[in-house]
Amino acid sequence: MSFSRIQRQNPAYRQGFIEMLTVAPGIAAWGLMTGVAMATSGMRTPDVLAMALLVFAGSSQLAAIPLIGAGAPLWVILATAFCVNLRFVVFSAHLRSYLMHLPRTQRLVVGYFVADLTYFLFTKRYPAPADTEAERADQMAYLAGNATINWLTWTGCSVLGVVLANYIPPAWGLGFAGVLALTGILCSLATSRMRVFSAGIGAVVAIMAYALPLKLNILLAIVLAVLLCMLLESTMAPATVKE
Amino acid sequence: METLMAYLSALGLNDGDPWTFLSIVLMACITVITRSFFFISDAPWTLPSWAQRGMQYAPIAALAAVVLPEIVMTQGVFIHSLADARIYGALAGAAYFFWRRGSGQAVLGTIVAGMSVYIPLHLGLHW
Repeated sequence: MSFSRIQRQNPAYRQGFIEMLTVAPGIAAWGLMTGVAMATSGMRTPDVLAMALLVFAGSSQLAAIPLIGAGAPLWVILATAFCVNLRFVVFSAHLRSYLMHLPRTQRLVVGYFVADLTYFLFTKRYPAPADTEAERADQMAYLAGNATINWLTWTGCSVLGVVLANYIPPAWGLGFAGVLALTGILCSLATSRMRVFSAGIGAVVAIMAYALPLKLNILLAIVLAVLLCMLLESTMAPATVKE
Repeated sequence: METLMAYLSALGLNDGDPWTFLSIVLMACITVITRSFFFISDAPWTLPSWAQRGMQYAPIAALAAVVLPEIVMTQGVFIHSLADARIYGALAGAAYFFWRRGSGQAVLGTIVAGMSVYIPLHLGLHW
């Protein structure tokens, strides 16, 4: 994603920026609490700051912190980060047809920046990949604007959380603002009965399979929800035709 | 690897434990690899159209799978008591969203409405 001037002048850049900005208080609170968790984990401050600035993946950070603290082998830390991030592998399959027009290096840069919220908002705004050059430019500008504010808010607030760790007790429950931001986006995606069904399956599977290690319950929930929705779609389709 | 470590030491980035810094850098690489997984290769293939269609159900399933356990579970167990601020916070947030029918800054409103129910219950009643 080249944050070129042309891209920033595209109205879609502003749109992506604004849409993420309205979610930013949730990201901020969540980043802050992740910063606090990192700072109080016993890791040295330079390491904590490096993690806050580089990794850009909250759930894998939270999963890795206790492992790093316990002196786990490098491969265990990396395998854990990989597994906790498996939902992104599913998202990348979805995003492939949106991004293959870019050269590989740019695709990898985009990949780094497309965290959960950017993926949710981007695919909501653009349900299908672009057909024309102009649409493609719009989509990439939206993505750039959206990811910029997400990265700045998340990373900035993580660092702030590290600095202010002693003044923000987790008991305040500020992190709940992050849950509410996701709740709002969840509601905004519930635009059809099939999608509500998908959410229901996702939630039930994730709760029932919560005991699975490495957040694999999330991956299982996504895969089962998508498969069940497609199954339901294919069994319902003939009935719809009959009407 | 030895050279990399020596280089990092020279930069003063790892006066403590070089492995920790290395593992953080490699974690950032894992972020890139997992998020780019299916578009790293230049090989020409496209997702079958049925799979591409099915993907429209992935975002909402992922969101529900992440969010709902955060609201109705504590320490990996389904909550036993209704005296839990998270339930009412989330309900208030969702109610605001649907009241506004998702228009304007509805997500921002969801956060504000939810927190204004959650905070008093959580800090006041220790729910």
